Amino acid sequence: MKLGLVIDLDVCVGCHGCAVSCKQWNTSGTTGPLTDYRPYGEDPSGVWFNRIRSYEVGDYPHNKTINFPMSCMHCEQADCVDVCPTGASYKRAEDGVVLVDQDKCMGCNYCSWACPYGARELDRSSGTMKKCTLCIDRIYDERLDEYDRQPSCVITCPAHARHFGDFDDPESKVSKLVRERGGYALMPELGYNPTNRYLPPRITRPIPTEDVSKKSLISSVKEWVNKAVAR
Amino acid sequence: MHPAFSVIFFTVASGAGYGLFILMALGYILGFVEFDKGVTLVGGLLSLALISAGLLSSTLHLANPKNAWRAFFRFRTSWLAREGVFAVLFYPVALLFLLGLWVNLEAGVYNGFVAFIGVAASLLALATLFSTGMIYGCLKTIRQWNTALTPTNYLLLGLATGGVLFVLVLAWNGKPTLVMASLSLALLTIAAISKAIYYFWVRTVIGPTINTATGFTRAQVRLLDTGHTAGTFLTDEFAYFAPAKLLLALRITVFVAGFFIPLMLLGFMVLGAQASGLAFLAMLSSFIGIGAERWLFFAEARHVIRLYHGAQHT
Repeated sequence: MKLGLVIDLDVCVGCHGCAVSCKQWNTSGTTGPLTDYRPYGEDPSGVWFNRIRSYEVGDYPHNKTINFPMSCMHCEQADCVDVCPTGASYKRAEDGVVLVDQDKCMGCNYCSWACPYGARELDRSSGTMKKCTLCIDRIYDERLDEYDRQPSCVITCPAHARHFGDFDDPESKVSKLVRERGGYALMPELGYNPTNRYLPPRITRPIPTEDVSKKSLISSVKEWVNKAVAR
Repeated sequence: MHPAFSVIFFTVASGAGYGLFILMALGYILGFVEFDKGVTLVGGLLSLALISAGLLSSTLHLANPKNAWRAFFRFRTSWLAREGVFAVLFYPVALLFLLGLWVNLEAGVYNGFVAFIGVAASLLALATLFSTGMIYGCLKTIRQWNTALTPTNYLLLGLATGGVLFVLVLAWNGKPTLVMASLSLALLTIAAISKAIYYFWVRTVIGPTINTATGFTRAQVRLLDTGHTAGTFLTDEFAYFAPAKLLLALRITVFVAGFFIPLMLLGFMVLGAQASGLAFLAMLSSFIGIGAERWLFFAEARHVIRLYHGAQHT
């Protein structure tokens, strides 16, 4: 098995719901707590397994906002595991999930240096490295309904931009999505071979602009007056 | 990368300590240095003290040092674990060599077995220095480090600073310094050339860009929002920024204080000025220069995570 996520950049609205839901589930999960520093102070910070950034792709008027959620990619060539001197970081043979044994980690930060995706964050209160567990304490829990045996971020996403499944199974939902939508990996040139895939925005019909009429004299004057007169 | 003082001190101090030890062993084996008890004691203690202080300092940057004893377990894959193992193996062999040297001096003989132990200890010291370099050199995420020049520079700078230290030890004990000072001149020159090659090489931008990082390779990509209002672990660790003027000033310091001044001072010593004061100044200057070099090594390293925070390239 090769478990991972598919993230649909076409529909992600950048609401940070996945990150909040992840934080809520995992702060009481196996690698919890996800400590907050100065939560009510001027500069609240803390440990998160998901980070959502927003980018502008292309130049106006052919530009587009892309919301970009990132978590651990559960790489096949996980250098973060190789560089760990203590053996705290490991990749499970049975499903490829990369985890950190909180009892062995000495907090040297070396794995976070080896990770190109910023998936690992040191918890300064426990002094150990923390990262996305792919909700390992959910996905195998048979007391949960089958639908709930998915990572918290996937269930929460209101836009259904996140999908969870087995990439080794060519007929799984995630494999089909990658095949049909051209799912791609981030920074493939580094050779980490990440498991998570991103679906690019669908190609949409460009909005025609030729029929937009030229400005009338009166609207030009209005525009000039608006600029010239101080409010 | 955030330049952590503990790691800078560790790499400079233990590098010089290993360099000093290797040159002492080499000087004994090849017989180009006149040993007496003073040189053995001062040199041996100085090298072991620098190495130990460095190693202890390196544990200061650990967030959870109670698990530091586990750091030797992943010897098969991790250069950090290898460094730890080599560093620990070095101690008994090095102490045995220094003891043998001391006993030989008392008996006034040259012992092939002691020389063999010296070779073994030197190889372990070289392995430790090489591992320190490879800790940084093996990271594909930082193009400024991911080069064979990284371990090369760690080895050469360790040997060069160790050489300057050894000249000081010899001069302080009133021994002739001509051969060792000449050797140090050669080592400093090679190290300076290697560092210059590195600074020239590192100017060429290679590796991932914001386009390959996001997968949008056919259009301009700009950061709109990082999604957080305050600093995070990632910005603390990887977003270190130093003004270009400071970087340039420090690069000049590396070459003037780290290489040029020690070269001039040791040059005077080779030409006949026998003063431990000169050697002391050379040592002081080289440590300032190499300290600046190590600070730059971290400050100028740009991790690929910066691409996700808006950098167009690293």
